[in-house]
Amino acid sequence: MISLKTAAKKNQHVVRLLVIMVVWMIFMAITRFEKFYTFSNFKTMASQFPEFGVMALGGMLCMMTGGIDLSCVGVANFTAVVCALLMTALGGENGVLPAATFPLFVVLPLVIGAFWGAFNGLLVSKIRIPPILATLGVNELLSGICIVLTGGGSYSSFPKDMTNLIVTDIGGVLPVRLLVFVIVAVVIWFMLEKTTYGTKLRLLGSSEKVAVYSGMKTVPLLIRTYMTSGICSALGGLLMLGTYASARADYGSQYTLQTILIIVLGGVSPLGGKGKMSGVILAIFVLKMLESGINRFQNISSYYISLIWGGVLILAMVLDYVTGDKRSRG
Amino acid sequence: MQKKLKQLLGRTEFYVFLIIVAVGLVIQFRSGKFFTGNNFVDIASAMIVPGIFAVGIFMVLVSGGMDVSFPALASLSAYATTKLLLDMGYEGSVLLPLLIAAVIGGLLGAFNGFFIGYLNLTPMIITLGASSVFKGFMQGALNSKQLAVIPAGMKRFGTTYLLETSNSLNQTSKLSVAFLVLVAVVILIWFLMNKTYFGRGIYAIGGNPAAAKAAGFNVKRTKFLTYTIVGVIASIAGIIRVCMMQQCHPTNMLGMEMNIIAGVVLGGTAITGGAGTMTGCILGTLLIVLVENSMILLGIPTTWKSVFTGALIVIGTGVSALQVLRANRAADKAKARKFRKEGANV
Repeated sequence: MISLKTAAKKNQHVVRLLVIMVVWMIFMAITRFEKFYTFSNFKTMASQFPEFGVMALGGMLCMMTGGIDLSCVGVANFTAVVCALLMTALGGENGVLPAATFPLFVVLPLVIGAFWGAFNGLLVSKIRIPPILATLGVNELLSGICIVLTGGGSYSSFPKDMTNLIVTDIGGVLPVRLLVFVIVAVVIWFMLEKTTYGTKLRLLGSSEKVAVYSGMKTVPLLIRTYMTSGICSALGGLLMLGTYASARADYGSQYTLQTILIIVLGGVSPLGGKGKMSGVILAIFVLKMLESGINRFQNISSYYISLIWGGVLILAMVLDYVTGDKRSRG
Repeated sequence: MQKKLKQLLGRTEFYVFLIIVAVGLVIQFRSGKFFTGNNFVDIASAMIVPGIFAVGIFMVLVSGGMDVSFPALASLSAYATTKLLLDMGYEGSVLLPLLIAAVIGGLLGAFNGFFIGYLNLTPMIITLGASSVFKGFMQGALNSKQLAVIPAGMKRFGTTYLLETSNSLNQTSKLSVAFLVLVAVVILIWFLMNKTYFGRGIYAIGGNPAAAKAAGFNVKRTKFLTYTIVGVIASIAGIIRVCMMQQCHPTNMLGMEMNIIAGVVLGGTAITGGAGTMTGCILGTLLIVLVENSMILLGIPTTWKSVFTGALIVIGTGVSALQVLRANRAADKAKARKFRKEGANV
């Protein structure tokens, strides 16, 4: 019993999220049981959360170092636009994309993400621009390039062969997008918990000075972190290209707030140093369930979602304050 | 004399001014339309709203904070004020709308200020959340729609002009009286920041909160009041924008935050707090407005706008970050030298 208590205390955020999740599931069971608890609804949720889920996992790493990545959406849209344009170049407008080129569109997002992530990392670590400004600037730059490339509208006349593959379900049950999320999650979990990278990351986040004096090379570490985040965002962009079947400079603009909300709710301190991956993954589920549940009530305007997300974010910060968790204090 | 020159060369404001002149010369060279009365009036007119916003953000940045919620805050208070007065059938002058917006803005700013000042929560994340709350409240609870008609007094204010210029093609440019509001806000906040105990407190807590507290400044209250004042300033900018456009479009101010913050940082205000001047703030904003407004004169398609502002943010903040880095290194070296000398004496 005591060990349960200490476990709960250690995983405060996880417990809190579990409580929210259970309460919400009961609430939905009472009010909209037949609409919420269907297999297809859960399958829809499972195929929709990966696009912002992978972005949140990458952003989590940046926040653990005490930084922030606000360029997720820019990198994602840039990837989507470039991939769509290249698909057209290879397969013709609304044409057929040769199956042999599919691997290219797996490698390309990784390369784009790594490039812009490394660029962010360089700005943050080498030139020492505050992460907020550096990543927001890159975000603005990338959405600007997207507007130039697409002419401001949405671009959808590319061959859909590859993107159709992304939105299918394996065996009619397992969405490919969920699979991508699981792979990314496993890789990041391995990096964080099974290699020295995770320890170094948390040390850097707790105190940069100590990290430097203990002989850590912080520059390559930061670049690697932002690169990982960039790759995650680029993969998110590829998934978005599949979901929307078009590319546009301002798709998913709500994800900037949503990913930060997920990371903070999941118990990662905005000042860096602490945080668990289990909390963040749980926060992703909770957020998707809340959103999907709210959408079951027709009379609630979708505009309220933005009000609710903002409110929940502030509430989460205040809860950390009230429970005496000094992590989120600025 | 030499010392003064050296001082001038060491200031970010001086370089921003040089860049502004250079940009002006390039535009003049390319289009021949930069040094004209019309262009100057157009730019002054385009400066009004971003300028007022910039003054607010300048205060927040100097205090070591961050505010990305001010466009949503301004949109909400401007929309609520306009809608309220329309429903009342208000016909009077612009003073009442300004007052109501300022009160609403002050309350919304106090909302930010409470969490950031008294609970000491991270400003970036609180204002990001607040921005979403304000937007959601406006679009959800107030069910905001574009208002094509605004109260007569506000319309009168927006269409009263200080001066008009016209060129040989009979194109006229007009400068709204709202420009005077910008001038008033700049002077008032300059006075507040430089000549009052409260203003020096903002610089002090931005530089080092612990030291400021030890020196007797009330850190919590100063932060709280700073965000409240920013809310008031932003709302005034919001109302003025509605007056100048002569219609209320609830969402078209959203997304302005990045350009404004970039301008203030370009002007030499330290994003880490504690340093920055009003001159730099205005010059930096002028540079951003100039670049945005001159794209047409330069023959660059407007789709390139975000590319340019993004690049400007990255380069501008990069240069000022490198300057800080160099200054720190120089200080470290001096310390090491002093250390060696003292060591030799022992």
